[in-house]
Amino acid sequence: MIQTEVAVLRFGLGARPGDLAAAAGDPRAWLTAQINGAVPLAGNTPLAPSDQIFTELRVARDEFQEKKREAVAQSTDPKATAAPTFNPLRQAYLPHYRAQVLARAQSAALTTRPFAERLVHFWTNHFAVSADKAAVFGVAGTLENEAIRPHVGGRFADLLIAVEQHPAMIGFLDNQYSVGKDSDLARLAARQASHQPTDPDKPKREFGINENLAREILELHTLGVNGGYTQTDVTTFAQIITGWSIGGGKGRLAGGTPGRFYFRDNLHEPGAKRFMGKTYYESGQRQGEAVLADLARRPATARFIATKLVRHFVADDPPPAAVERVARAFAKTGGDLPAVYAALIEAPQAWDADMHKFKTPEDFVFSTLRALNVSPRQPEEVVRSFDLLGQRQYTPGSPAGWPDTAKSWDGSDALMHRVLWASRIASRYERGIDPLDLASSTLGAYARPETLTALRRASSSTQALALLLMSPEFQRR
Amino acid sequence: MPLSHLATTRRGFLIGTGALAASAVLPHMLFAHTGGSARRVVVILRGALDGLAAVPPYADPDYAGLHRELAIAAPGVADGALALDNTFGLHPACAFLHECYAARELVVFQAVASPYRDRSHFDGQNVLENGLAKPLGSADGWLNRALAALPRADAGHDAERAVAISQNVPLILRGEVPVISKSPQATPDVDEELLARLADLYSTDDWFSARLSEAVQTGKLADERGNPAGAPAMTTAPTAIDAQSTMTAPATAGAQPAMTAAPDRVSGVARMAATLMRSDGGPEVAVIEAGGWDTHANQGGAKGALAQRLAGLDKALRALKDDLGSLWPQTAVLVVTEFGRTAAMNGTRGTDHGTGGCALLAGGAVRGGRVVADWPGLARTALLDNRDLRPTLDLRSIFKAVLGEHMRVDAKTLATRIFPDSSGARPLEGLIRA
Repeated sequence: MIQTEVAVLRFGLGARPGDLAAAAGDPRAWLTAQINGAVPLAGNTPLAPSDQIFTELRVARDEFQEKKREAVAQSTDPKATAAPTFNPLRQAYLPHYRAQVLARAQSAALTTRPFAERLVHFWTNHFAVSADKAAVFGVAGTLENEAIRPHVGGRFADLLIAVEQHPAMIGFLDNQYSVGKDSDLARLAARQASHQPTDPDKPKREFGINENLAREILELHTLGVNGGYTQTDVTTFAQIITGWSIGGGKGRLAGGTPGRFYFRDNLHEPGAKRFMGKTYYESGQRQGEAVLADLARRPATARFIATKLVRHFVADDPPPAAVERVARAFAKTGGDLPAVYAALIEAPQAWDADMHKFKTPEDFVFSTLRALNVSPRQPEEVVRSFDLLGQRQYTPGSPAGWPDTAKSWDGSDALMHRVLWASRIASRYERGIDPLDLASSTLGAYARPETLTALRRASSSTQALALLLMSPEFQRR
Repeated sequence: MPLSHLATTRRGFLIGTGALAASAVLPHMLFAHTGGSARRVVVILRGALDGLAAVPPYADPDYAGLHRELAIAAPGVADGALALDNTFGLHPACAFLHECYAARELVVFQAVASPYRDRSHFDGQNVLENGLAKPLGSADGWLNRALAALPRADAGHDAERAVAISQNVPLILRGEVPVISKSPQATPDVDEELLARLADLYSTDDWFSARLSEAVQTGKLADERGNPAGAPAMTTAPTAIDAQSTMTAPATAGAQPAMTAAPDRVSGVARMAATLMRSDGGPEVAVIEAGGWDTHANQGGAKGALAQRLAGLDKALRALKDDLGSLWPQTAVLVVTEFGRTAAMNGTRGTDHGTGGCALLAGGAVRGGRVVADWPGLARTALLDNRDLRPTLDLRSIFKAVLGEHMRVDAKTLATRIFPDSSGARPLEGLIRA
């Protein structure tokens, strides 16, 4: 019986009424049936694709520049070039960010494949971009929807390439203007500079690489920090992926579809390169793709991904036997993700009756929506909920993503914010809800007798609902 | 050693030549170490601050050529550094810190690093906070271990000895001694009866029970000190997207943890720390975090993205001093980051992850007005791995000095329990006024 609850509460996103009954026959089969193929958004909030958002942004920025020029031209005030009165980036991006956050919460609330949806969230956090970087504010969610959802039930290598070639990732980790020292662009600039007298007031444009994306691919996306690469490997890999950029620039950076991945051959460092003991003779874009394909097959990658998966689904200190099992499946299949997920389902440690994971704010909000069987209609309520609870959506603030252990979420202040949010939600949704019924339909056998007693004794149904949401068994999975 | 004048003083920097006359120290002697009034604040800059921009070595002959348009010019020219000595300056956005230096309340450290030598933010921050020589192996932080080594000033107030100004406690403060966390986001009152019933519900679950009682205690503490929301940003209800903090953020990816404060919010965070610490019963230790220092692209020089961040930090430190008021003379504020950045500008007008960087120690309790630097220079042969400023001072030498001189943790405990494997990092001397 408890296995049903484990499948729905730990592997999934928490129970909607009816979920426990649906999974009860064969909890493992209920999970396995979810893991193949793409995982589209559930719900129907329309979302713009990243290329459209980038294009809107460019139009908004150009219009803004034009208005500014006109204002300066018409003004007699010599200080008319002062600070802009509004930020075109924000204006263009905000509605998209809000729509993405709303769509994500709706999908979590409504999906009939909650295990697959949790896996989407897992990979979004693994391949984290953060909306607090202005340049990716409005497209942060598109990485999840365009690169992760199509590949979450496919091969890791395909997922990896889709992510690293997504404009949100390239923009977040600054790769679009990373230039090889011997690239056509750098050589052309050097030739031109040698024919012109130097202007001491104008610093000469220096071309070179930016290591950010290369380092984080190795450290955070594939091998892990102890995965056996050196600083030289980081630098070489950065040279290998020079030219991985975003379409739609101007001048020497013209070309490509605005807002889509575009390989700029003139920025690329030419030639074969030696990376982690192997020489890559491919040219252009294919060189980086060959490296990613190899990285996806390395044992260090298998182990790193397995460790993170087991930490997410089993316990903060991942049991070595479970990590071993998942890593072996990863290595044996060359990163076939359904096989990897199946190994996780087969790991006995994942079915321990004790709940070892303290819910993150995301877990808490999504499982509450499912318990109450509601789907949010307004972006504000979702955005504000996550601000209050300290996990602003798509904004982990770091390419490492949100921490996945209780000690990063269990501050006393954080607990108080949960209590506050639970009581607000309770007063909003208590009508028509019997907290005792809800305890049984969402927690099943995990509902403790002392919690049921507390719900019975509560002074109001609002208070009972808040107590249920804050009960230790609802706060864990 | 590229600079001849440094050759004569490099030892001198370390033993703290001259800067201070004994008379300057006297007024503070009456107040130091009486147990209740000394305060320590640790400010963690997550994302790796460019020490060569914050503390520009303007006189180093290789500096301008490497740092290029990100370099800060010598003092005296437009947008030049604020002078510290003949070699180093402060970034022009750091006016308050420069006042502290003039008032001999600031020590500037250059070419420092933790024992960590790779270039991962996340491992680097772990080493900065766990006090070990390696990223993993400790679930607690050195600041908590230091508190654990000291006798409780007042057993009844044990939970109030340290506060993290965030929703959750960062590694540096995690450990055996209970620590409170308080985010600058105001928590409107939660219904007392609900809290009482929750306490009852949690009575069979130690983990939840401990956290709830801490939360209730912290709430009372904040109430007793009055509204800590000195800054308007903290009193307003949480907004969907804070226009300023989101959109004026420089084009950088921050580092862990994610909830670190945006530049214009750091002041609010600092003021909350000050308010909580202000009375004798308040915490003696506070930790503040600020993110956004990972300037891989478009870092800027005297103006620009990093300059804005530094101005925000400078403003926050000034707010901390103002709000600590009479406590400032007994206060030491340590500003640290996980590592420095590359000596050379990269291809996108930023800097990549490096090694040696800077640290700051400010406060009325500090014997300041000095730069402590065994400067290795930026010549190609002097750089670490051909790219980074070579560290010549272990950050733990500074930590040990502050814990030893300001918190009175004994040397043996420092060398064994708090910083194991740190025999190479001897404590500096004379950082704190006697």
